[in-house]
Parts: sequence; C-alpha cells; structure tokens
Amino acid sequence: MSEKVCVIIGASHAGVNFAFSLRKEGFEGKIIMYDKDPVLPYHRPPLSKAYLTADTSIEDNCLKSKDSYLDENITLNLGVEVIDIHKESQKIILNNGEEQHYNYLILATGARPIIPPISGLKEAKHVYPLRTAGDVSNIKKWISTADSKRVVVIGGGYIGLETAASLKKMGTHVVVLEREERILARVTAPVMSEFFQKLHTDKDVDILTSKNVESINTDEEGVNTVQCSDGSSYAADMIIVGVGVNVNVSLAKKLNLEIENGIKVNEYTQTSLQNVYAIGDNTYHYNPHYKNWIRLESVQNAVDQAKVTAAHIVGNEKIYDTIPWFWSDQYDVKLQMVGLSQGYEELIVRKEETESIKFSVWYFKGDELLAVDAINNAKAYVIGTKFIKENKVIDKDKLKDVTTIFKPANLMMKEEV
Amino acid sequence: MAKITFVTKDNQEITVEGTSGSVMELAVKNNVKGIDGDCGGVCSCATCHVQVDAAHTDKTGVASEIEQDMLELDDDANEYSRLCCQLQVTEAMDGVVLNVVK
Ligand SMILES: Cc1cc2nc3c(=O)[nH]c(=O)nc-3n(C[C@H](O)[C@H](O)[C@H](O)COP(=O)(O)OP(=O)(O)OC[C@H]3O[C@@H](n4cnc5c(N)ncnc54)[C@H](O)[C@@H]3O)c2cc1C
Ligand code: FES
Repeated sequence: MSEKVCVIIGASHAGVNFAFSLRKEGFEGKIIMYDKDPVLPYHRPPLSKAYLTADTSIEDNCLKSKDSYLDENITLNLGVEVIDIHKESQKIILNNGEEQHYNYLILATGARPIIPPISGLKEAKHVYPLRTAGDVSNIKKWISTADSKRVVVIGGGYIGLETAASLKKMGTHVVVLEREERILARVTAPVMSEFFQKLHTDKDVDILTSKNVESINTDEEGVNTVQCSDGSSYAADMIIVGVGVNVNVSLAKKLNLEIENGIKVNEYTQTSLQNVYAIGDNTYHYNPHYKNWIRLESVQNAVDQAKVTAAHIVGNEKIYDTIPWFWSDQYDVKLQMVGLSQGYEELIVRKEETESIKFSVWYFKGDELLAVDAINNAKAYVIGTKFIKENKVIDKDKLKDVTTIFKPANLMMKEEV
Repeated sequence: MAKITFVTKDNQEITVEGTSGSVMELAVKNNVKGIDGDCGGVCSCATCHVQVDAAHTDKTGVASEIEQDMLELDDDANEYSRLCCQLQVTEAMDGVVLNVVK
C-alpha cells in the first residue's frame, strides 16, 4: 500500500498542534501543511498583549521552531493559499497552480476579522484589524513614525481591550467605542464589564459604550473623524477594528460540508465527509459537559481538537470532551476563565482579603457551577476547574465567606447524614 | 550563557544552551517533548511543567504565587515543580537539570 498523505490547510494553533500530535501518535505517512501567512507559525494571543509592546521578534513567539518541523518530517508550505478542493479526486489546488493529493484533509482555516460595512471605513487612513503578525508590524510601524497618536478602537471585546491597554502603554491616546451598553457584553457578567471599564478609565483610556459607529470621514492630512449615530465624533490618526470574526468556510463549502455557525463536526472532529476533519476556531461542535453545540475562539479548543483528530486518524478512540478555558491579560491584570457561563441564574462574587486586586466570579445554574472568571486569582481558577470537571456541588455559603481557607475540601458540600 | 538539561518522560536527556528568554522558549526551540507552552508563556496553561532536580533548586529559586496556585491541584505536582515559562535563562541557571513532567 502506498504512503498515506495528510494535508493540513492552515498552520496556526490548530493545524500546527495537529501535525505534531499526529507524529506523536505514530503516523508514518506524509504530513503537508499550507498557510497563506508567510511567517513561521506563531502564538496569536500575544499579538494584542506582550508581543505588541515588546521589542522581540516574531520568531521568539513561534509555536514550534523551524528545525522542529524538519525533525518531525512535517512539510510546511508558507505564503501559499489553497484556493480549491476536488472532492472526487481528493486533491487541493494552490494559488501557484500546484496540486496536492490527500488521503486525509484537515481544515484548520480559523477565522478572519470582520470589517464592518461602515461608510468611509475602506477609504480611511491607518485602519488595522488585529489577527496576524503582519497587522502588528503595521501598527508598530505606524506608532514609530506618526506625529499625532490618537487611536480609536472600534469594539470593546477582549481583543479590542487588550489592544487598547497595549497601545496606551506605548504612549498613544486611546478611545474605545463599543456598540453595546457595556463592554464584553456577550462574554461576561456585568460585574466583570464594570471592573474592566474602571480599570481602563483609571489608566486614562476612554471606554465609551452605546456608541454605534456610523461613518468615517478622512481629511487630506489623513486624519479620520469617526462619527457615531448619537452625533458624537472622535478624531483618529489610527483605527483598530476589533468587532469579531467571520469563520473561514469557503473551502468547506466547496466540499458541500454541513455548515452552521462554523463547520459542523462530530465528537472525533470529522466533518460530514469521513476523511475530512475540521479543527479550531472554524468548528461548530458539541460540548458533552454543557450538552450544547458551540463554536469557540480559543487556544484550548484548537489544541484539544487537534489532539482528538490526531488520535482518530491512527485509530485511537478519543472524543472531544473538555471544559473550555481562556485567559486575557490587560495592564497588570490577569483574567482566567473556565467553563461556559451561558444560561447562568446566580452569581457569587468572592473578593479575597488582600490589598491587591484579587477576586473571582462564580456562575451557577441551580447548584451546578457553570463557570468561573478569576481576576489575579489562579487559585480560584484551578478550584473552579476541578469542581466543574468533577460535577461536584459547592457549598455556596462557604464560597461567599472569604475566611474559608480556599481549598476544594473546605468548599465541598457536606453529605447529609 | 547557560547549559540546561531536560530529561523527558521517556528518559531522553537533552542539553541545550541559551542566553536569554524563558526556559519554556528554549525548550520549544529545541523541540523538547512534553513542553508545549500552549499559552505562549503567560502562566495560563500549565503545559510547561517541569520538576527541578533536587540538587539544583538553588539555581531556580522558588515558584511565584501564581505558579504555585496553577500547580496546586495538579496530581503530578510536587515540591520541585515549576512552570518553566516563568524561569528565565540566566548564568545562574547553568548546569540545571529539569525533569519534564508530561
Ligand atoms: C489578538 C488575538 C488575541 C487572542 N487572545 C487569546 C487568548 O488570550 N486566549 C485564547 O485562548 N485565545 C486567544 N485568541 C484566539 C486564538 O488565537 C484562536 O482561537 C486561535 O488562533 C485559533 O487557531 P486556529 O488554528 O483554529 O485558527 P487561526 O489562528 O485563525 O489560523 C487559521 C490559519 O489558516 C490560514 N488559512 C485560512 N484559509 C487558508 C487557505 N485557504 N489557504 C492557506 N491558509 C489558510 C490562515 O492564514 C491562518 O493562519 C486570540 C486571538 C487574537 C487574534
Ligand atoms: S507556557 Fe503556559 S503556563 Fe507556561
């Protein structure tokens, strides 16, 4: 039998972790990866955080070193786009005209920033999304050369807020415009929104909510005026667009795969075609713990799905069944989140007795702990993780009482005698 | 310059040299198995867990509070456990032996 070929489209958190996991699982066939991004695959989360403010090179931020790909016999083709797939002959077509046959195809195509249909946005000067190393280079170049450094960030989600914090640190004047009534509205509870709002305000970053950006006018000097529907306007020498992502599904469509809010995959990350898998930001998948179909944008999801796919290809049964986790770093505040808070009915905020900022928000539905958001509090994060994973019931009174020493055993509901 | 030895789960000994950055980055650059560094080195993922050889703890110092908290409920953690993204490669680390946990 001839050697099996595994082709991976997209070499980022999902694709790269998959390739190395597949070797670890003992796959001996060919592994060939493609990414249109020309840069050696890198960590995305630091792009809006430490990497944006630091002087380090993108190589210091790589997912794997160049040599590691050679060591593991993984062929990495960068700067090439896959533009078509032929289902019957099982081959992909590249933008340089070349073709490659596959036995297994992995769609790790992720997502791309939404560029909203705001009038004048296309013509505006120095408008950048934040998704790639190239975007960061553009932003850094602008900062090092611009005389006037007024930045408007459109969108108060994690990426927008992290970028605002980093740009502030770099000496720019930053205004964040959020359409909803509060920042992080889709992803967290009002207490957390308030906390971050105050954090930024204290650092002199203006966070303005209920601001619907309507149009942008750019004058001859290249200064943009961002106009909101409430009549207010903001001058911007640079605009960061952080209003979310669209999933990259055009190749999946060519294969007629089932698509909902992402490419639909089963517990083994297989799409509706048996030898075609999808992993990472682009998947719509079932979470057994929460009994819900979801799409996630996180490193955890990309890495864990990658491992499931690798195991399945070599015939090791393993299903995707993990509790989602995520983090965000802004200024010197570290947020760690575990679980999915959707559908919560009750919140418990536990504030530790320390001088420094340290608290956690616990989301419950009845007795079930759904999720924990921990601010500068890794202990709350790991304890929350344990209780969620093990479906253990927490004694809420003990949790609220900060004099309870923070240990799982002390928080456990005592069995009734 | 510091020479750092990683001992992987399958008892491979890998000695590498580094001058700066974190020990996790050094391990990733040298393809040390079991050090994934999924969070990129911000103490959020615990996929860079090592145990410092008992004779070498003076070279690494003690874990910070967040490191200790991240490892507290990890079944594989012991008193020598560190998240090596929090260890900087410095002269003081020369000769250290780190056992990779995963
Ligand atoms: C600024 C920023 C900060 C973030 N912070 C965090 C964080 O703190 N914590 C966290 O958990 N997550 C964070 N995330 C999310 C995390 O980075 C993503 O979840 C992760 O990158 C998803 O990996 P992926 O491989 O699925 O997709 P992507 O990273 O989107 O990669 C997909 C790749 O596919 C390539 N591609 C797509 N189509 C083609 C094609 N046709 N041909 C060739 N190549 C193609 C793209 O070029 C891209 O490189 C952050 C993301 C960003 C942008
Ligand atoms: S690399 Fe994530 S905790 Fe060290």
